[in-house]
Amino acid sequence: MAGEAHHGKKRGTFVQRTIDGLAETMERSLYAEQLSEQAGVIQRLDPRVKFIGTLSIIMVAAAARNLTVIGAVAVVAIGLAALSHIPLKSFVNVWIGMAIFSGLIATPAIFITPGPTLVAIPVLEWVITSTGLRSAAFLLLRSEVSITLSFLLIMTTPWMHVLKSMRSIGIPALVVVILGMTYRYIFMMLQTARDMFEARQSRIVGRLDDADARRLATATVGVLLSKSMQLSNDVYLAMQSRGYRGDVYTLDTFQLGGRDIIAIIIISVIVVTGFVFGSGILG
Amino acid sequence: MQPVFSVRDVVYSYANTATPALDHVSLTIHAGQRVAIMGANGSGKSTLLRILDGLYFPQSGHVDAFGHTLDEHHLLDESFAHTFRRRVAFVFQNPDIQLFNPTVFDEVAFGPLQMRWDKETIINRVNATLDQLEISHLRDRAPHRLSGGEKKRVAIASVLVLDPEVILLDEPTAALDPRSQSRVVDFLVEWGNGKKTVIVATHDLDTLSEIADDAYIFQNGKIVAHDTPQALLANQQLLRDANLIHEHVHHHDGQVHAHPHIHFGHHHHDTQ
Repeated sequence: MAGEAHHGKKRGTFVQRTIDGLAETMERSLYAEQLSEQAGVIQRLDPRVKFIGTLSIIMVAAAARNLTVIGAVAVVAIGLAALSHIPLKSFVNVWIGMAIFSGLIATPAIFITPGPTLVAIPVLEWVITSTGLRSAAFLLLRSEVSITLSFLLIMTTPWMHVLKSMRSIGIPALVVVILGMTYRYIFMMLQTARDMFEARQSRIVGRLDDADARRLATATVGVLLSKSMQLSNDVYLAMQSRGYRGDVYTLDTFQLGGRDIIAIIIISVIVVTGFVFGSGILG
Repeated sequence: MQPVFSVRDVVYSYANTATPALDHVSLTIHAGQRVAIMGANGSGKSTLLRILDGLYFPQSGHVDAFGHTLDEHHLLDESFAHTFRRRVAFVFQNPDIQLFNPTVFDEVAFGPLQMRWDKETIINRVNATLDQLEISHLRDRAPHRLSGGEKKRVAIASVLVLDPEVILLDEPTAALDPRSQSRVVDFLVEWGNGKKTVIVATHDLDTLSEIADDAYIFQNGKIVAHDTPQALLANQQLLRDANLIHEHVHHHDGQVHAHPHIHFGHHHHDTQ
Protein backbone atom coordinates (compact mmCIF):
# COMPACT_ATOMS: atom_id res chain seq x y z
CA MET A 1 0.00 0.00 0.00
CA ALA A 2 2.26 2.73 1.24
CA GLY A 3 5.22 1.15 -0.42
CA GLU A 4 3.60 1.75 -3.82
CA ALA A 5 3.89 5.51 -3.52
CA HIS A 6 5.22 7.22 -6.60
CA HIS A 7 8.86 8.11 -6.69
CA GLY A 8 10.91 10.19 -9.05
CA LYS A 9 9.91 13.25 -11.00
CA LYS A 10 6.73 14.94 -9.77
CA ARG A 11 4.29 15.96 -12.48
CA GLY A 12 0.60 16.11 -13.23
CA THR A 13 -2.27 18.06 -11.80
CA PHE A 14 -2.59 19.62 -8.41
CA VAL A 15 -4.85 16.73 -7.34
CA GLN A 16 -2.39 14.11 -8.48
CA ARG A 17 0.48 15.86 -6.74
CA THR A 18 -1.65 16.08 -3.60
CA ILE A 19 -2.54 12.41 -3.72
CA ASP A 20 1.11 11.51 -4.32
CA GLY A 21 2.03 13.64 -1.34
CA LEU A 22 -0.51 11.85 0.80
CA ALA A 23 0.80 8.50 -0.38
CA GLU A 24 4.30 9.55 0.61
CA THR A 25 2.97 10.48 4.04
CA MET A 26 1.61 6.96 4.35
CA GLU A 27 4.97 5.58 3.25
CA ARG A 28 6.81 7.65 5.84
CA SER A 29 4.40 6.42 8.50
CA LEU A 30 5.19 2.83 7.55
CA TYR A 31 8.93 3.63 7.69
CA ALA A 32 8.49 5.13 11.16
CA GLU A 33 6.65 2.00 12.30
CA GLN A 34 9.48 -0.18 11.00
CA LEU A 35 12.05 1.92 12.87
CA SER A 36 9.97 1.78 16.04
CA GLU A 37 10.12 -2.03 15.93
CA GLN A 38 13.93 -2.14 15.87
CA ALA A 39 15.85 -3.30 18.92
CA GLY A 40 17.34 0.10 19.84
CA VAL A 41 17.89 1.61 23.26
CA ILE A 42 14.79 3.82 23.24
CA GLN A 43 12.54 1.33 21.46
CA ARG A 44 12.89 -1.08 24.40
CA LEU A 45 11.59 1.41 26.95
CA ASP A 46 8.03 1.66 28.25
CA PRO A 47 6.19 4.23 26.07
CA ARG A 48 5.08 6.20 29.15
CA VAL A 49 8.71 6.62 30.25
CA LYS A 50 9.63 7.82 26.75
CA PHE A 51 6.66 10.18 26.51
CA ILE A 52 7.08 11.80 29.93
CA GLY A 53 10.89 11.78 29.61
CA THR A 54 10.73 13.56 26.25
CA LEU A 55 8.35 16.19 27.60
CA SER A 56 10.59 16.75 30.65
CA ILE A 57 13.77 17.17 28.61
CA ILE A 58 12.02 19.51 26.18
CA MET A 59 11.01 21.61 29.20
CA VAL A 60 14.64 21.70 30.35
CA ALA A 61 15.71 23.01 26.93
CA ALA A 62 12.86 25.52 26.87
CA ALA A 63 13.66 26.86 30.34
CA ALA A 64 17.46 26.91 30.00
CA ARG A 65 19.13 30.32 29.92
CA ASN A 66 22.45 28.83 28.96
CA LEU A 67 23.28 27.93 25.35
CA THR A 68 25.76 25.26 26.48
CA VAL A 69 23.02 23.40 28.36
CA ILE A 70 20.71 23.50 25.32
CA GLY A 71 23.61 22.32 23.13
CA ALA A 72 24.31 19.49 25.60
CA VAL A 73 20.67 18.37 25.38
CA ALA A 74 20.98 18.38 21.57
CA VAL A 75 24.08 16.18 21.81
CA VAL A 76 22.21 13.77 24.14
CA ALA A 77 19.30 13.60 21.67
CA ILE A 78 21.58 12.86 18.71
CA GLY A 79 23.46 10.25 20.74
CA LEU A 80 20.18 8.53 21.67
CA ALA A 81 19.13 8.56 18.01
CA ALA A 82 22.37 6.79 17.07
CA LEU A 83 21.89 4.22 19.87
CA SER A 84 18.35 3.62 18.60
CA HIS A 85 19.40 2.97 14.98
CA ILE A 86 17.63 6.09 13.69
CA PRO A 87 19.63 7.35 10.67
CA LEU A 88 20.65 10.98 11.15
CA LYS A 89 19.67 11.72 7.54
CA SER A 90 16.02 11.17 8.54
CA PHE A 91 16.35 14.25 10.80
CA VAL A 92 17.70 16.54 8.07
CA ASN A 93 14.35 17.56 6.54
CA VAL A 94 12.92 18.17 10.01
CA TRP A 95 15.88 20.34 10.99
CA ILE A 96 15.75 22.34 7.75
CA GLY A 97 11.99 22.89 8.07
CA MET A 98 12.31 24.02 11.66
CA ALA A 99 15.31 26.27 10.85
CA ILE A 100 13.29 28.05 8.14
CA PHE A 101 10.22 28.38 10.36
CA SER A 102 11.97 29.59 13.51
CA GLY A 103 14.50 31.57 11.44
CA LEU A 104 11.67 33.68 10.02
CA ILE A 105 10.45 34.42 13.53
CA ALA A 106 13.94 34.98 15.00
CA THR A 107 15.41 37.20 12.29
CA PRO A 108 13.71 40.46 13.36
CA ALA A 109 14.99 39.92 16.93
CA ILE A 110 18.57 40.21 15.65
CA PHE A 111 17.92 43.82 14.65
CA ILE A 112 15.31 45.09 17.08
CA THR A 113 16.59 43.75 20.39
CA PRO A 114 18.45 46.55 22.21
CA GLY A 115 22.04 45.84 23.22
CA PRO A 116 25.69 46.33 22.32
CA THR A 117 26.21 46.73 18.57
CA LEU A 118 27.98 43.82 16.92
CA VAL A 119 27.72 44.76 13.23
CA ALA A 120 26.24 47.81 11.54
CA ILE A 121 24.76 47.30 8.08
CA PRO A 122 25.60 50.25 5.84
CA VAL A 123 22.97 51.99 3.66
CA LEU A 124 20.08 50.36 5.58
CA GLU A 125 21.52 51.66 8.83
CA TRP A 126 20.40 48.51 10.62
CA VAL A 127 22.47 47.18 13.52
CA ILE A 128 22.89 43.62 14.67
CA THR A 129 23.16 43.57 18.45
CA SER A 130 24.92 40.85 20.39
CA THR A 131 21.82 40.55 22.62
CA GLY A 132 19.61 40.16 19.54
CA LEU A 133 21.89 37.53 18.06
CA ARG A 134 21.90 35.65 21.35
CA SER A 135 18.06 35.77 21.55
CA ALA A 136 17.78 34.44 17.99
CA ALA A 137 20.27 31.67 18.76
CA PHE A 138 18.25 30.69 21.84
CA LEU A 139 15.01 30.52 19.84
CA LEU A 140 16.57 28.57 16.99
CA LEU A 141 18.41 26.10 19.20
CA ARG A 142 15.46 25.51 21.53
CA SER A 143 13.20 24.84 18.52
CA GLU A 144 15.68 22.46 16.95
CA VAL A 145 16.20 20.55 20.19
CA SER A 146 12.45 20.27 20.79
CA ILE A 147 11.74 19.02 17.28
CA THR A 148 14.66 16.58 17.46
CA LEU A 149 13.39 15.05 20.70
CA SER A 150 9.78 14.92 19.47
CA PHE A 151 10.86 13.32 16.21
CA LEU A 152 12.99 10.82 18.12
CA LEU A 153 9.95 9.84 20.21
CA ILE A 154 7.77 9.35 17.11
CA MET A 155 10.42 7.35 15.28
CA THR A 156 11.03 5.01 18.22
CA THR A 157 7.46 4.52 19.42
CA PRO A 158 4.41 3.23 17.53
CA TRP A 159 2.02 6.16 17.25
CA MET A 160 -0.70 4.23 19.03
CA HIS A 161 1.59 3.73 22.03
CA VAL A 162 2.29 7.47 22.06
CA LEU A 163 -1.46 8.09 22.18
CA LYS A 164 -1.97 5.58 24.97
CA SER A 165 0.90 7.19 26.89
CA MET A 166 -1.04 10.46 26.83
CA ARG A 167 -3.41 8.84 29.32
CA SER A 168 -0.52 8.74 31.81
CA ILE A 169 -0.45 12.53 31.98
CA GLY A 170 -4.20 12.74 32.44
CA ILE A 171 -5.43 13.45 28.91
CA PRO A 172 -9.07 12.20 28.87
CA ALA A 173 -9.67 8.73 27.40
CA LEU A 174 -12.26 10.13 24.98
CA VAL A 175 -9.68 12.48 23.42
CA VAL A 176 -7.12 9.69 23.10
CA VAL A 177 -9.66 7.30 21.54
CA ILE A 178 -10.80 9.94 19.03
CA LEU A 179 -7.18 10.67 18.06
CA GLY A 180 -6.52 6.94 17.68
CA MET A 181 -9.56 6.36 15.48
CA THR A 182 -8.69 9.37 13.36
CA TYR A 183 -5.23 7.96 12.79
CA ARG A 184 -6.72 4.52 12.10
CA TYR A 185 -9.21 5.64 9.46
CA ILE A 186 -7.33 8.47 7.80
CA PHE A 187 -5.16 5.89 6.05
CA MET A 188 -8.21 4.06 4.79
CA MET A 189 -9.64 7.29 3.37
CA LEU A 190 -6.26 8.22 1.86
CA GLN A 191 -6.13 4.85 0.13
CA THR A 192 -9.71 5.31 -1.10
CA ALA A 193 -8.84 8.77 -2.44
CA ARG A 194 -5.84 7.40 -4.27
CA ASP A 195 -7.82 4.51 -5.74
CA MET A 196 -10.53 6.87 -6.96
CA PHE A 197 -8.03 9.21 -8.53
CA GLU A 198 -6.13 6.40 -10.25
CA ALA A 199 -9.37 4.85 -11.54
CA ARG A 200 -10.28 8.20 -13.09
CA GLN A 201 -6.77 8.80 -14.36
CA SER A 202 -6.85 5.47 -16.22
CA ARG A 203 -9.91 6.65 -18.19
CA ILE A 204 -8.62 10.13 -19.03
CA VAL A 205 -6.85 10.77 -22.34
CA GLY A 206 -4.55 13.79 -22.52
CA ARG A 207 -4.46 16.58 -20.00
CA LEU A 208 -7.50 18.07 -18.32
CA ASP A 209 -7.99 21.81 -18.54
CA ASP A 210 -8.09 23.72 -15.27
CA ALA A 211 -11.89 23.90 -15.06
CA ASP A 212 -12.26 20.12 -15.56
CA ALA A 213 -9.48 19.45 -13.06
CA ARG A 214 -11.31 21.60 -10.50
CA ARG A 215 -14.58 19.78 -11.19
CA LEU A 216 -12.79 16.43 -10.78
CA ALA A 217 -11.24 17.53 -7.50
CA THR A 218 -14.61 18.78 -6.20
CA ALA A 219 -16.36 15.56 -7.20
CA THR A 220 -13.64 13.49 -5.50
CA VAL A 221 -13.99 15.50 -2.29
CA GLY A 222 -17.78 15.07 -2.43
CA VAL A 223 -17.59 11.30 -2.87
CA LEU A 224 -14.95 11.02 -0.15
CA LEU A 225 -17.12 13.00 2.25
CA SER A 226 -20.06 10.74 1.48
CA LYS A 227 -17.93 7.62 1.97
CA SER A 228 -16.49 8.93 5.24
CA MET A 229 -20.03 9.62 6.52
CA GLN A 230 -21.04 6.05 5.64
CA LEU A 231 -17.87 4.70 7.22
CA SER A 232 -18.36 6.61 10.47
CA ASN A 233 -21.96 5.40 10.65
CA ASP A 234 -20.91 1.77 10.12
CA VAL A 235 -18.06 2.01 12.65
CA TYR A 236 -20.50 3.40 15.21
CA LEU A 237 -22.86 0.46 14.57
CA ALA A 238 -19.94 -1.96 14.97
CA MET A 239 -19.06 -0.31 18.29
CA GLN A 240 -22.68 -0.46 19.45
CA SER A 241 -22.87 -4.11 18.48
CA ARG A 242 -20.06 -4.86 20.94
CA GLY A 243 -21.69 -3.02 23.81
CA TYR A 244 -20.51 0.60 23.35
CA ARG A 245 -22.95 3.00 24.99
CA GLY A 246 -21.07 6.28 24.88
CA ASP A 247 -18.54 5.73 27.68
CA VAL A 248 -14.91 5.02 26.83
CA TYR A 249 -12.95 2.39 28.73
CA THR A 250 -9.32 1.57 28.04
CA LEU A 251 -6.99 -1.13 29.27
CA ASP A 252 -3.54 -0.03 30.32
CA THR A 253 -1.29 -2.99 29.56
CA PHE A 254 2.09 -1.25 29.81
CA GLN A 255 4.44 -2.61 32.46
CA LEU A 256 7.56 -0.97 33.85
CA GLY A 257 10.67 -3.15 33.74
CA GLY A 258 14.20 -2.87 35.15
CA ARG A 259 15.54 -0.88 32.19
CA ASP A 260 12.61 1.55 32.54
CA ILE A 261 13.60 2.24 36.15
CA ILE A 262 17.19 2.88 35.02
CA ALA A 263 15.88 5.17 32.25
CA ILE A 264 13.76 7.10 34.77
CA ILE A 265 16.83 7.63 36.97
CA ILE A 266 18.97 8.79 34.02
CA ILE A 267 16.23 11.13 32.75
CA SER A 268 15.78 12.53 36.25
CA VAL A 269 19.53 13.24 36.50
CA ILE A 270 19.49 14.95 33.08
CA VAL A 271 16.43 17.02 34.01
CA VAL A 272 17.76 18.11 37.43
CA THR A 273 21.25 18.85 36.06
CA GLY A 274 19.77 20.72 33.12
CA PHE A 275 17.56 22.85 35.35
CA VAL A 276 20.39 23.59 37.81
CA PHE A 277 22.95 24.60 35.18
CA GLY A 278 20.41 26.05 32.76
CA SER A 279 18.72 28.32 35.29
CA GLY A 280 21.98 29.87 36.38
CA ILE A 281 21.44 28.94 40.05
CA LEU A 282 25.14 28.12 40.28
CA GLY A 283 26.00 31.52 38.95
CA MET B 1 -38.75 -24.26 23.47
CA GLN B 2 -38.44 -20.47 23.30
CA PRO B 3 -37.00 -19.21 20.02
CA VAL B 4 -33.82 -17.12 19.96
CA PHE B 5 -35.36 -14.79 17.38
CA SER B 6 -38.94 -14.39 16.31
CA VAL B 7 -39.44 -12.00 13.38
CA ARG B 8 -43.04 -11.21 12.45
CA ASP B 9 -44.14 -9.30 9.36
CA VAL B 10 -41.14 -6.94 9.41
CA VAL B 11 -40.88 -4.08 6.92
CA TYR B 12 -37.72 -1.95 6.68
CA SER B 13 -37.00 0.78 4.13
CA TYR B 14 -33.87 2.91 3.77
CA ALA B 15 -34.37 6.64 3.41
CA ASN B 16 -35.01 7.91 -0.13
CA THR B 17 -35.65 4.46 -1.60
CA ALA B 18 -38.93 3.44 -3.22
CA THR B 19 -38.79 -0.31 -2.52
CA PRO B 20 -38.36 -1.70 0.98
CA ALA B 21 -35.16 -3.60 1.84
CA LEU B 22 -37.31 -6.04 3.85
CA ASP B 23 -40.90 -6.55 2.78
CA HIS B 24 -43.17 -8.32 5.31
CA VAL B 25 -40.55 -10.83 6.44
CA SER B 26 -41.38 -13.45 9.07
CA LEU B 27 -39.11 -16.19 10.41
CA THR B 28 -38.24 -17.99 13.63
CA ILE B 29 -34.79 -19.16 14.71
CA HIS B 30 -34.25 -21.57 17.60
CA ALA B 31 -31.23 -22.10 19.83
CA GLY B 32 -28.55 -24.33 18.31
CA GLN B 33 -29.77 -23.83 14.74
CA ARG B 34 -27.32 -23.03 11.96
CA VAL B 35 -29.21 -20.85 9.53
CA ALA B 36 -28.13 -19.48 6.16
CA ILE B 37 -29.77 -16.36 4.77
CA MET B 38 -29.15 -16.53 1.03
CA GLY B 39 -29.79 -14.06 -1.71
CA ALA B 40 -28.14 -11.92 -4.35
CA ASN B 41 -26.71 -8.48 -3.54
CA GLY B 42 -29.44 -6.11 -2.39
CA SER B 43 -31.87 -8.89 -1.48
CA GLY B 44 -32.14 -7.71 2.13
CA LYS B 45 -30.02 -10.27 3.96
CA SER B 46 -27.56 -7.76 5.50
CA THR B 47 -30.45 -5.56 6.60
CA LEU B 48 -32.05 -8.54 8.34
CA LEU B 49 -28.83 -9.27 10.25
CA ARG B 50 -28.63 -5.64 11.41
CA ILE B 51 -32.21 -5.83 12.63
CA LEU B 52 -31.48 -9.09 14.47
CA ASP B 53 -28.50 -7.36 16.14
CA GLY B 54 -30.64 -4.44 17.27
CA LEU B 55 -28.79 -1.94 15.11
CA TYR B 56 -31.73 -1.13 12.80
CA PHE B 57 -35.36 -1.07 13.86
CA PRO B 58 -38.19 -1.95 11.47
CA GLN B 59 -40.83 0.59 10.45
CA SER B 60 -43.50 -2.06 11.03
CA GLY B 61 -43.66 -5.62 12.30
CA HIS B 62 -42.19 -7.09 15.47
CA VAL B 63 -38.90 -8.68 16.51
CA ASP B 64 -38.43 -10.74 19.68
CA ALA B 65 -35.04 -11.82 21.00
CA PHE B 66 -34.92 -14.47 23.74
CA GLY B 67 -38.62 -13.84 24.42
CA HIS B 68 -38.25 -10.06 24.83
CA THR B 69 -39.21 -7.35 22.40
CA LEU B 70 -36.13 -6.09 20.56
CA ASP B 71 -36.67 -2.41 19.87
CA GLU B 72 -35.01 0.95 20.44
CA HIS B 73 -36.89 1.52 23.68
CA HIS B 74 -35.77 -1.75 25.29
CA LEU B 75 -32.17 -1.29 24.15
CA LEU B 76 -32.06 2.03 26.01
CA ASP B 77 -32.36 -0.03 29.20
CA GLU B 78 -28.77 -0.66 30.30
CA SER B 79 -29.43 -4.05 31.83
CA PHE B 80 -31.27 -5.36 28.76
CA ALA B 81 -28.68 -3.91 26.34
CA HIS B 82 -25.82 -5.35 28.40
CA THR B 83 -27.35 -8.84 28.40
CA PHE B 84 -28.35 -8.71 24.72
CA ARG B 85 -24.91 -7.53 23.53
CA ARG B 86 -23.29 -10.24 25.62
CA ARG B 87 -25.48 -12.97 24.07
CA VAL B 88 -25.56 -11.84 20.43
CA ALA B 89 -22.44 -11.10 18.34
CA PHE B 90 -22.18 -9.68 14.84
CA VAL B 91 -19.27 -10.08 12.42
CA PHE B 92 -19.55 -7.41 9.72
CA GLN B 93 -18.79 -8.13 6.07
CA ASN B 94 -16.06 -5.49 5.91
CA PRO B 95 -13.59 -6.14 8.75
CA ASP B 96 -12.18 -2.61 8.40
CA ILE B 97 -15.44 -1.33 9.88
CA GLN B 98 -15.12 -3.60 12.86
CA LEU B 99 -11.42 -3.13 13.55
CA PHE B 100 -11.12 0.39 14.93
CA ASN B 101 -8.66 -0.12 17.79
CA PRO B 102 -4.89 0.53 17.79
CA THR B 103 -3.76 -3.07 18.25
CA VAL B 104 -5.23 -6.54 17.84
CA PHE B 105 -5.14 -7.03 21.62
CA ASP B 106 -7.07 -3.78 22.19
CA GLU B 107 -9.53 -4.80 19.49
CA VAL B 108 -10.37 -8.09 21.17
CA ALA B 109 -10.47 -6.39 24.59
CA PHE B 110 -12.97 -3.74 23.42
CA GLY B 111 -16.11 -5.86 24.04
CA PRO B 112 -15.06 -7.10 27.51
CA LEU B 113 -14.17 -3.51 28.50
CA GLN B 114 -17.69 -2.40 27.61
CA MET B 115 -18.99 -5.25 29.79
CA ARG B 116 -16.82 -3.81 32.63
CA TRP B 117 -15.09 -7.11 33.36
CA ASP B 118 -12.12 -6.85 35.71
CA LYS B 119 -8.67 -6.35 34.21
CA GLU B 120 -7.34 -9.84 34.99
CA THR B 121 -10.40 -11.55 33.48
CA ILE B 122 -10.14 -9.40 30.36
CA ILE B 123 -6.46 -10.19 29.84
CA ASN B 124 -7.02 -13.93 30.37
CA ARG B 125 -10.08 -14.08 28.08
CA VAL B 126 -8.39 -12.05 25.35
CA ASN B 127 -5.28 -14.24 25.43
CA ALA B 128 -7.39 -17.42 25.33
CA THR B 129 -9.41 -16.13 22.38
CA LEU B 130 -6.28 -15.10 20.47
CA ASP B 131 -4.94 -18.64 21.03
CA GLN B 132 -8.24 -20.18 19.92
CA LEU B 133 -8.18 -18.27 16.61
CA GLU B 134 -4.41 -18.86 16.24
CA ILE B 135 -3.63 -15.15 16.08
CA SER B 136 -1.59 -14.69 19.27
CA HIS B 137 1.40 -13.66 17.14
CA LEU B 138 -0.61 -10.67 15.89
CA ARG B 139 -1.54 -9.30 19.32
CA ASP B 140 0.58 -6.12 19.13
CA ARG B 141 0.02 -5.47 15.41
CA ALA B 142 -2.17 -2.65 14.10
CA PRO B 143 -5.33 -4.25 12.64
CA HIS B 144 -5.22 -2.09 9.50
CA ARG B 145 -1.82 -3.54 8.59
CA LEU B 146 -3.11 -7.15 8.48
CA SER B 147 -4.06 -9.27 5.48
CA GLY B 148 -7.74 -9.85 4.62
CA GLY B 149 -7.77 -13.32 6.18
CA GLU B 150 -6.04 -12.12 9.35
CA LYS B 151 -8.47 -9.21 9.66
CA LYS B 152 -11.41 -11.59 9.40
CA ARG B 153 -10.01 -13.82 12.14
CA VAL B 154 -9.41 -10.79 14.39
CA ALA B 155 -12.97 -9.61 13.71
CA ILE B 156 -14.30 -13.03 14.72
CA ALA B 157 -12.06 -13.07 17.82
CA SER B 158 -13.32 -9.61 18.79
CA VAL B 159 -16.85 -10.97 19.20
CA LEU B 160 -16.07 -14.53 20.35
CA VAL B 161 -14.23 -13.18 23.38
CA LEU B 162 -17.63 -12.48 24.98
CA ASP B 163 -18.62 -16.14 24.51
CA PRO B 164 -21.92 -15.24 22.83
CA GLU B 165 -24.83 -17.64 22.37
CA VAL B 166 -25.63 -16.37 18.88
CA ILE B 167 -23.26 -15.24 16.16
CA LEU B 168 -24.43 -13.31 13.09
CA LEU B 169 -22.01 -13.27 10.16
CA ASP B 170 -22.42 -11.14 7.06
CA GLU B 171 -20.72 -12.75 4.03
CA PRO B 172 -17.94 -14.29 6.17
CA THR B 173 -16.01 -15.74 3.24
CA ALA B 174 -16.35 -12.80 0.83
CA ALA B 175 -13.08 -11.49 -0.68
CA LEU B 176 -10.96 -14.07 1.15
CA ASP B 177 -8.35 -16.32 -0.43
CA PRO B 178 -9.19 -20.06 -0.49
CA ARG B 179 -7.11 -20.89 2.60
CA SER B 180 -8.68 -18.08 4.64
CA GLN B 181 -12.16 -19.12 3.42
CA SER B 182 -11.46 -22.67 4.52
CA ARG B 183 -10.37 -21.50 8.00
CA VAL B 184 -13.58 -19.49 8.44
CA VAL B 185 -15.74 -22.41 7.29
CA ASP B 186 -13.87 -24.79 9.62
CA PHE B 187 -14.53 -22.40 12.48
CA LEU B 188 -18.25 -22.18 11.66
CA VAL B 189 -18.52 -25.98 11.47
CA GLU B 190 -16.76 -26.55 14.79
CA TRP B 191 -17.88 -23.58 16.89
CA GLY B 192 -20.11 -24.41 19.85
CA ASN B 193 -20.52 -28.15 19.17
CA GLY B 194 -24.12 -27.62 18.06
CA LYS B 195 -25.07 -25.66 21.20
CA LYS B 196 -24.58 -22.21 19.71
CA THR B 197 -26.77 -20.48 17.15
CA VAL B 198 -25.14 -19.44 13.88
CA ILE B 199 -26.87 -17.14 11.37
CA VAL B 200 -24.92 -16.51 8.18
CA ALA B 201 -25.84 -14.18 5.33
CA THR B 202 -24.20 -15.54 2.19
CA HIS B 203 -24.45 -16.14 -1.51
CA ASP B 204 -21.66 -18.70 -1.42
CA LEU B 205 -23.42 -21.94 -2.38
CA ASP B 206 -20.16 -23.86 -2.23
CA THR B 207 -20.03 -23.97 1.57
CA LEU B 208 -23.74 -23.85 2.30
CA SER B 209 -24.25 -27.51 3.25
CA GLU B 210 -21.28 -27.37 5.61
CA ILE B 211 -22.23 -24.26 7.55
CA ALA B 212 -26.03 -24.52 7.74
CA ASP B 213 -28.79 -27.01 8.38
CA ASP B 214 -31.60 -24.60 7.56
CA ALA B 215 -31.70 -21.96 4.81
CA TYR B 216 -33.83 -19.09 3.57
CA ILE B 217 -33.64 -17.55 0.11
CA PHE B 218 -34.36 -13.83 -0.12
CA GLN B 219 -35.27 -11.91 -3.23
CA ASN B 220 -36.18 -8.22 -3.34
CA GLY B 221 -36.64 -8.14 0.42
CA LYS B 222 -38.99 -11.14 0.58
CA ILE B 223 -38.47 -14.76 1.61
CA VAL B 224 -39.04 -16.84 -1.51
CA ALA B 225 -37.97 -20.21 -0.12
CA HIS B 226 -37.22 -21.93 3.19
CA ASP B 227 -35.89 -25.49 3.34
CA THR B 228 -32.80 -27.54 4.04
CA PRO B 229 -29.67 -26.49 2.10
CA GLN B 230 -29.72 -29.79 0.20
CA ALA B 231 -33.31 -29.29 -0.96
CA LEU B 232 -32.67 -25.69 -2.02
CA LEU B 233 -29.46 -26.56 -3.87
CA ALA B 234 -31.33 -29.22 -5.84
CA ASN B 235 -33.79 -26.64 -7.15
CA GLN B 236 -31.81 -24.97 -9.92
CA GLN B 237 -34.76 -23.00 -11.27
CA LEU B 238 -35.24 -21.41 -7.85
CA LEU B 239 -31.52 -20.59 -7.57
CA ARG B 240 -31.56 -19.11 -11.09
CA ASP B 241 -34.62 -16.97 -10.31
CA ALA B 242 -32.91 -15.68 -7.13
CA ASN B 243 -29.76 -14.79 -9.11
CA LEU B 244 -27.68 -17.26 -7.13
CA ILE B 245 -26.62 -19.14 -10.29
CA HIS B 246 -26.38 -18.02 -13.90
CA GLU B 247 -25.67 -19.25 -17.41
CA HIS B 248 -21.92 -19.36 -17.90
CA VAL B 249 -20.12 -19.59 -21.25
CA HIS B 250 -16.77 -21.34 -21.26
CA HIS B 251 -14.36 -23.73 -22.95
CA HIS B 252 -14.69 -27.34 -21.88
CA ASP B 253 -13.50 -30.51 -23.58
CA GLY B 254 -12.55 -28.51 -26.67
CA GLN B 255 -16.00 -26.94 -27.06
CA VAL B 256 -17.51 -23.57 -26.22
CA HIS B 257 -20.85 -24.00 -24.50
CA ALA B 258 -23.06 -22.61 -21.74
CA HIS B 259 -24.62 -24.14 -18.66
CA PRO B 260 -25.66 -23.00 -15.20
CA HIS B 261 -22.66 -21.72 -13.27
CA ILE B 262 -22.84 -23.32 -9.87
CA HIS B 263 -20.03 -23.81 -7.39
CA PHE B 264 -20.96 -26.85 -5.38
CA GLY B 265 -20.10 -30.45 -6.18
CA HIS B 266 -19.10 -31.37 -9.71
CA HIS B 267 -21.00 -30.72 -12.89
CA HIS B 268 -21.41 -33.19 -15.74
CA HIS B 269 -22.55 -32.72 -19.29
CA ASP B 270 -22.73 -34.51 -22.58
CA THR B 271 -19.80 -33.79 -24.88
CA GLN B 272 -21.18 -35.50 -27.98
